[in-house]
Order: sequence, then structure tokens, then C-alpha cells
Amino acid sequence: MTNAISLLIVDDEESVRDSLYNWFIEDGFTVKCAENAKEALTMLESENFDIILADIKMPGMDGLEMHRRIKTLSPEAIVIIMTAFASVETAVQALKDGAYDYITKPFDPDDLSHLIRNAATQIEQKAEAENFKNKETNLENIEDIVGNSQSMMQVLKEVENVSQSNSSVIITGESGTGKELIARAIHSNSSRKFFPLVTVHCGALSEDLLESELFGHEKGAFTGAMFNRKGRFEIADGGTIFLDEIATISGKMQIELLRVLETKKFVRVGGNKEIKSDFRVICATNRDLKKMVEQGTFREDLYYRLNVVNINIPPLRERPGDISLLVNYFIKKYCTNMSRDLISIEPAAMKRLEQYDFPGNVRELENMIERAIVVGNGKEIRLKDLPMKTNAPVDSSESLSELEKKHILQTLNKFDWNISRSAKVLKVDRVTLYNKIKKYDLKNPNGK
Amino acid sequence: MSKQRILFISFGQFGSDFLEKVAAAVKSEFGVPVGFDINYGVLTHFYDPSRRQYNANELIKFIHEKYGNNGAKTIGLFQVDLFIPILTFVIGQAVYKGNAGIVSLYRLKNELYGMKKDENLLFERFCKEIIHELGHTFGLTHCTSPVCVMRSSTYIEDVDEKNARFCASCKKQLDQALHEEPS
Repeated sequence: MTNAISLLIVDDEESVRDSLYNWFIEDGFTVKCAENAKEALTMLESENFDIILADIKMPGMDGLEMHRRIKTLSPEAIVIIMTAFASVETAVQALKDGAYDYITKPFDPDDLSHLIRNAATQIEQKAEAENFKNKETNLENIEDIVGNSQSMMQVLKEVENVSQSNSSVIITGESGTGKELIARAIHSNSSRKFFPLVTVHCGALSEDLLESELFGHEKGAFTGAMFNRKGRFEIADGGTIFLDEIATISGKMQIELLRVLETKKFVRVGGNKEIKSDFRVICATNRDLKKMVEQGTFREDLYYRLNVVNINIPPLRERPGDISLLVNYFIKKYCTNMSRDLISIEPAAMKRLEQYDFPGNVRELENMIERAIVVGNGKEIRLKDLPMKTNAPVDSSESLSELEKKHILQTLNKFDWNISRSAKVLKVDRVTLYNKIKKYDLKNPNGK
Repeated sequence: MSKQRILFISFGQFGSDFLEKVAAAVKSEFGVPVGFDINYGVLTHFYDPSRRQYNANELIKFIHEKYGNNGAKTIGLFQVDLFIPILTFVIGQAVYKGNAGIVSLYRLKNELYGMKKDENLLFERFCKEIIHELGHTFGLTHCTSPVCVMRSSTYIEDVDEKNARFCASCKKQLDQALHEEPS
């Protein structure tokens, strides 16, 4: 999580101290343990801790008394009281005395993580506020976002600005431009970064699954439900929910979504307890939502609820200067993944890529490079390693029929010889396309 | 060239195909030899009847004592529900910068959450958790990148959100650790 946060565990049971020590050391905390209140108070005289996790029942001095003394010794420390179910009333007293929170043994791992993340966020926000004037804002976890074109720099600037707020964001852009990467970057650079980023691919969810998927269910809600299951909104508590392909959701789902977004409350399937969740919403679409609102296929109230900030990712063809950077990035990525030596790309192949319009955007380029590394000679990517989809510059000596043959073949290859899709793009009917295939004796390379 | 090795010890019934697939996935991520062995011992000693679960701390101790001297990062693979005294359950656990860890399939199964059985998803989840715990044995802490395998996962859906791979920053740390002498 972060190296800056120090944690003191105070409990007389060795197994509890060991378990918590191992749990938090994996979060990157500096962790120390004390087996009783006296030892803890001695430690606090010489060093500061950000968070103190203390058992309420210990021999010698109980957690309540220790908490009062901590407040004098280390007033800034966040104190969390651990209690068995029977002593919850005492823990409530600790809260009245100024403890940050209490947690009942044994803890649900998720509850413990949540509590500590909240405390860590509070500590970080406080530190940030103190250092605000000198703070340089650098985006983190953006190594997958490659490009130094002006338009991409503008996108990153918008990411940086919007990360600091809690506003809803709609990320627009053609398919394959990297909308999910932008959503991740916003989350990773926000104060919610210690909490989950939950992705929902709306297009993949049927309405039947939707209720349980989004809202969760209680144990025994239906056959086979042996455990409670949290829904996506509940998991996203404290964090961000990323609704991809938002334009694909049905009218019924739009109403449900609007209700949850407005109230941030819902009930699990089979349950009756209202659950509140504090999440931020980021959506993505490759469709024109405003047009859908005008056509009546997307609710206007939901549109305005979601579209507080809009970040548009430019298609790759509008930023050809980024292509070489992306090519080198993907070569490095795939050579590393395939445990191969780093290879180069021949100038003619790079030139061809820079001339291509990439209808599938960055995703298409990535697939091309991965394929070229697999089929290539292991030393460099050659022009012939690139798939036929790349546009060859027009050779003016070719006849009209030669050009037609080449164009039809390119289109067929582009759509894996799907006749209907190819015919649609070529703006001819399927029978005409079959006749042209026969006329030019075109063959499907996959033999289908 | 790394001198590190990884060893899986299976407790309970796992198909050999399944374990070979897991070993291949882990080997591809760490680039070091991965072996596996079977422990036919009974787990009764580690069972806590009051919780109807198995004590993960004791199991790790057992693995450390029995296999800890062979220099390999050893991960025990289980089918049973695990706990540590302070938590209601754990999916896996490892000794930070140590040589022992454990992971269980139990809480990774879709069926327990009322969902349709999905062997591919189960395999993916299991690999992610094994790679995650191995990461801890190599000194990696939890990562804030939402897709890094070292992201903390306390709930099954958290596991599904992340990839089975290390982010660039964790990969760099791992590469350094892989070139250290085995302890």
C-alpha cells in the first residue's frame, strides 16, 4: 500500500499479533507489535505510529485506559479498537472517547482492509494537504498509456484534473483507443486508489444476471448460494465503478442505474437490509450518447447524471506521431512476455504502419505487433510480417480490375472472410461479392 | 541466470493436468524451474472444529519446517477452507520474504457464491493467487495498480479484477529478487 504508514499492533495473544503482522507487512506498512498496554506505551514514548490497532481486553491495563493515555502521548495517531462480540459496548465507549473505529473479532478480511484503507487515505490526505503548496502532480500507473502527441497530452492533463475530484466521468472514443486504461489512470491517481476499481462490461450482462451481479445476494437467496455475495456496487465502496459500454444497457437497466446513482443505496437479492456504498462512477462508450438521448434510446436524466466531465480519446489515425512510440512499446512488451531478445523494426515496415489508418486503433496495432513477433524471424519486424490489412500505397501502374481485386481481398481479410460484413463495407450485395470472388479466383487463406 | 526454484506441494485431490497447467503458467511468469510434489498426510491436526476451517498459520509453519530447507519457494496447494485466528477466512497466505506459502481453491469456486461452475475461471483465479503469494515470498508488497497481480484481493471479485501478471514496477522488483541467492 504505502511505505510511509507505520502501524502498531497491541494484543496479548501471540497468534493474533503474528497474523496481523503478516497481513499488514504484505501491505507495505512498517509494523511493530506489543503484547500489552505497558509495552505499547513505552514504545510510543520513543516513536510515532500512524495507526494503532489495540485489543480492548488485555491483562494489566485494558484498551480503553491505554487509548486515553495514547491520546496524551500521541494525539495524532489513529486508534482502532479490536473487540470480541461480547465487549462491543465497551468499544462504543472507546469511540465516544475519540477512537477512530472498532472491529469485531474475527474480522472479515474485506472489513479489515476497508477500515485500514480508510485510515490510510485519511493519513495521506492530511499529508497531502500539508504539502499542497510544494506538491508536484505526477500521474502514477500510466505506463500503458503511450503517446506524446498534443492530443494525448491533453487527455493526460484532463485525467490529472479529474482525478482530484469525485465527479462522474464519461470517456468517449472509438473502439480500441484505450478507454479502460484512462479509467484506470483516473482511479489510480485519485484519493480512492487504495479501494477497488470495479469494472462492469455492461454489454456482457444479461438482464437476468444483472440484479445479482450489481447488487449481490444473501446466503440462501437461491439454490447454491452458500455464501453471501457482494454486488459490484458494494465492492466498489470507497473506490470507483467503471461501467464500460454504457450505451448498450436496456431501458429497464437505465432506470435501475439512475436510482442507485442518485441514492447510492440498494438491497441485496434475498435480503432486506439497505446497503449504502460510496463509489465514484466512470463510464465509457464508443457511441454518441447525446444523439441516443435525442433519439430517445438513452435516458436524458441518466445522461446528465453521468456526463459531468467528458474525456474524448482521439483515434490513432489523428495522432500518427504516436505510432512509432507505440510500436516500440509493444515490441518491448511482447518480447519480454515471450522471453525473447528485444527485436527492431525495419524502416519500410514502420513507414507502412505510419501510413495505415488503423480502424481498430491501438488495439489493432498491438495485435499486429504481437503477431509480427510470433511469425517473424526473431531479429526484426519486416514488412512481410505485417498482416495484409495494412494499406499498401497505390501503385499507379495497376489496372482498375487489379485494384478492385486487391481491395476486395484486403476487405475480406480484414473481416476474416465474413462475407456479410465485407459486402456491407464494400457496399455491394452478398451475391455480387461471391461473383467477384469467383471472377478473381480469390482464396481464403484459412481454407474455409 | 536466477538460482531460485519454485516447488508446489499438493494436499488433497488435484488432477495432474491441472497442476501441470498451473506450473506452466507460474513458470512463464517467474522464468524459474517449477516442480511439484504430493503430500499424502492427513490434515486433521490443522482442523479447528469450532470454526470448521483449517489453520493457515499452522499449515505454513508445517510447510516451512518440512520443506523450508530445500531453498525453493514452496507453496502448499489446498482444497480446504483456510483461516488465520483473527480473520474469518483467507484465500492464501505467505511468509513475506520467506520460503513458504499456501493457497486454497476453496473460496475461489463459483459454486460457493451461487454461480455456475467455471473451470477456466477457477484455474485463472488459482494461478493469480499462487503468483500473488509467491510475489510476497520474493519481497513484493501489495500494489495500487488495479490490474497488477500484487493488488490485494479480499473478495472473489477482487481476484477477477486483476491480471495474472505483474505491473512494470512490481516486475522490476521481482527481477531483482529473482537474481538474489536463494535463502
